[in-house]
Amino acid sequence: MKEFFAMDGYALFLWPSYLITFVAIIANVIIARRAHATARAEALRRLDLESSETRV
Amino acid sequence: MGTNWAWFHRFGSPPHVYRLAGLLTPWFAWPAALSILAALYGGLVLAPPDYQQGEGFRIIYVHAPSAWLSVMIYAVMATAAGIGLIWRMKVAHAAAASCAGIGAWFTVVSLVTGMLWGKPMWGTYWVWDPRLTAQLVLLFLYLGYIGLRSGIDDLGRADRASAVLALVGVVNIPIIRYSVEWWNSIHQAPSVMKMEKPSMPMEMLVPLLLMFLGFTLYFAAVMLVRLRAEILRRERNASWIREALR
Repeated sequence: MKEFFAMDGYALFLWPSYLITFVAIIANVIIARRAHATARAEALRRLDLESSETRV
Repeated sequence: MGTNWAWFHRFGSPPHVYRLAGLLTPWFAWPAALSILAALYGGLVLAPPDYQQGEGFRIIYVHAPSAWLSVMIYAVMATAAGIGLIWRMKVAHAAAASCAGIGAWFTVVSLVTGMLWGKPMWGTYWVWDPRLTAQLVLLFLYLGYIGLRSGIDDLGRADRASAVLALVGVVNIPIIRYSVEWWNSIHQAPSVMKMEKPSMPMEMLVPLLLMFLGFTLYFAAVMLVRLRAEILRRERNASWIREALR
């Protein structure tokens, strides 16, 4: 196991490469989902405003 | 003739695309996750060390697929922008806008993982090599596209101006692709993305191909979620949204 993580001396270059890649993968999922949730909330808010305006 | 184009017009319809994108997302996301996990195991555990680069070669499993995404996403973005410009299709502009952020992220990943690979193999993090420089230009194209969009308030104008920039930047794509062949590049030649047989044993190649597949599916899933957000933001007063969100 220790040998696996040492990667024959390349650990210092290899693991940061994998780390930044997976940070990017997770970050983009979060960014996309948040963008959709925000746009959805905003649209619902507007629809509510719209319907209350028409009721008046 | 008329009926043949029906599908094309359906792709111009925001409610249709919004609904379709929502239906398709999990069908890309789950296979993407499975492919990437399988490729990780294959690349880090099953594949043998390289005869020249030892264990260090395993950076390829994150570097090459990120670089592939950075270029592929640009091609998708420019195509969508071109369709938006020619056919005045708002959904196409929305699709182009959904690509830029993801593309910029993976361009950064390809550059950083490339530097981390370059240090032990070439002895330096960075050289002003044609391939590396063209990839840096790609990052600036993405950032320019994003900056241009956010700098213009009028959505229609932002769409058109950024689409022109995206199309002009397409010249950089063949430069990235062929830089290794046209000039004396320090960057190694392609091992997979070429016409001849890949120069890799199967145990190394299969995880790499799986990673390419996984990253591509991943992009499709994330891009579709962003596209839905983009459509909602643009169509926020449309009556179909009431139906779609309830």
